[in-house]
Amino acid sequence: MLLTDSSRFAIQAITSHRMRSFLTLLGIAVGIAAVILLTSIGEGVHQFVLAEFTQFGTNVIGIAPGKVKTGGQPPTGIPTTARLLTMEDAQSLKQLPQVTGSSPMVWGNSEVESNGRLRRTTIYGVDADFIHVFSAKVQIGNSLPREGAGSSRAFVVLGSKLRNELFGTANPLGARVRIGGLHFRVIGVMAPKGQFLGIDLDDTAFIPAQRAMELYNREGLTEIHVLYAEGASAATVAAAVKKRLALRHGHEDFTVTTQEDMLKTLSNILNILTMAVGALGGISLLVGAVGIVTIMTISVTERTNEIGLLVALGARRRTILNLFLSEAVMLAALGGILGLLLGIGLAQVLRLALPAFPVHTPWSFAVGALAMSAVIGLLAGVLPARSASRLDPIDALRAE
Amino acid sequence: MPDDAESLIQLNGIDRTFTLGDSQVHALRNVNLNINRGEYIAVMGPSGSGKSTLLNLIGLLDRADAGTYQLEGRDVTTLDPNEQAKVRSERIGFIFQSFHLVPRLTAAANIELPLTLSGMPSAERAKRVSQALKEYGLTDRAHHRPNELSGGQRQRVAIARATILRPAVLLADEPTGNLDRVTGEEVVKLLEALNAQGMTLIVVTHDQALGARARRQIRMDDGGIVSDVTKSPDAATPGIVTPNIAPTNLATPDSVTPDLAT
Repeated sequence: MLLTDSSRFAIQAITSHRMRSFLTLLGIAVGIAAVILLTSIGEGVHQFVLAEFTQFGTNVIGIAPGKVKTGGQPPTGIPTTARLLTMEDAQSLKQLPQVTGSSPMVWGNSEVESNGRLRRTTIYGVDADFIHVFSAKVQIGNSLPREGAGSSRAFVVLGSKLRNELFGTANPLGARVRIGGLHFRVIGVMAPKGQFLGIDLDDTAFIPAQRAMELYNREGLTEIHVLYAEGASAATVAAAVKKRLALRHGHEDFTVTTQEDMLKTLSNILNILTMAVGALGGISLLVGAVGIVTIMTISVTERTNEIGLLVALGARRRTILNLFLSEAVMLAALGGILGLLLGIGLAQVLRLALPAFPVHTPWSFAVGALAMSAVIGLLAGVLPARSASRLDPIDALRAE
Repeated sequence: MPDDAESLIQLNGIDRTFTLGDSQVHALRNVNLNINRGEYIAVMGPSGSGKSTLLNLIGLLDRADAGTYQLEGRDVTTLDPNEQAKVRSERIGFIFQSFHLVPRLTAAANIELPLTLSGMPSAERAKRVSQALKEYGLTDRAHHRPNELSGGQRQRVAIARATILRPAVLLADEPTGNLDRVTGEEVVKLLEALNAQGMTLIVVTHDQALGARARRQIRMDDGGIVSDVTKSPDAATPGIVTPNIAPTNLATPDSVTPDLAT
């Protein structure tokens, strides 16, 4: 029997019981839709979280003072016996091959006063490279100038929120700002960047690292961020950074964390999350599969006569097996298509209703869901189709 | 007499036993039967006499427990299921009391079914089906489903389906059992016309009137053939009775008369 004929035969069998077939494939459709929707949410959360972490760029390596020991890394900001990271360290790293920038960082919390208003905010001590390291943009004015260590002028670049709070719509450029006990001149305002894990990245002020060390009375940097060229191997660059700093410090008394490693771990965790919610949807798919087994078993019983007839007309056992199998697969695949549309539709509705809620349906999931429904149909069809192909034709013809 | 004694079906010492619960039922006991090409045979007998079992066996739906079955000179007793399916498809046509049409398929699709199952390309099938519809006067009913057809039309569809692959033998199990007398008569005439064209026809029936029309009449009881009568073509001459008693005695009629010209 030709494949097109057996498919048509199966479709005719399915459409001859419209309501029953529809309800059966609805079972699969609900399962597929649940899997699609849940994995879409999982994948959306995955992408959302990764985007949160990669908004500073993925090709960043962080260097913190102190070495991770069994006791754990000492909290940053608390003096340790480890040698401190210095401005010179940051400068030195800029010269490594494939490194496109490195920014020292010292951060603290201070009162910022200007234009007759006072606001407590986060102060980042950085250098000219910070704009690349943070993938940030200047909205008006300039970024911090590139200046030699020890000669940095007292300039400040305001975060967009801080600017709004202090100056409203007035032009802040050139205004004098008091941060802690020091005075700074505003040379620029950053473009808004939003939040990162609940921290408002716009409620900040960026000042030269040298000045921040003065402000907070520190001798070393909190952290150094190294930015390397797109496409370069993180491991190679990290090794070069380690080698250079070890040379400068005499031994490895710092910790290098590549963004890539961190993201990989995070991504794995999120993948497991996606799979877990997908498996929850899979339970409803299982119920749908049981529905197919049920309806196919009923169908075989109802059509016992027909099976006997097909044998009498010269159908092989295998042909009968294939007919019932393709009917089950067709049911499941139709359910799969319906479920796919349902799932994607619901995901879209969810996206429209809750724009902030991350939902993402990758094509691979859609194709995978269809393939999965066909496989489910095949598995669900095996038992009924086998019993159909094993019927005794004489009994089958006699059955009423 | 022309050289028409070519043997189509030859059964030798066929036994068939069914186990029903604890008891053994002998559906066929030592049946010997020779059927020539072009014969018109009625198999009669009470319920449980084994006539349906005989028909199923000839149609390769059942296997003998003992004995041999030769169809067109080929031993088909021990064919594997796929070869049997092929023989059924090409050499045997079945007609059932309850028609056994597939209810969701149109008349044309029902007639097409054996062709579809044999894997024939669709263009060739369409040609054969439209030819068959014309021959059986069903062209205007081609796209009707069985429930929209009368009993006679249904059986005509079933006959068209059984004969579309030009089988060597047509096996009819109570073909008029579900029909009124008038349509039953039409169906019998149709079957007889097919027989007149050379197709071997074996009819199993309770109906004495129907059985009496066959040239050769086989009576069965308790799994054995008790009488095998062949009428002379001349209706005035009474039939010759050849009792089938000895196992070696093949129930060969000594005056086979497929005088198709008349």
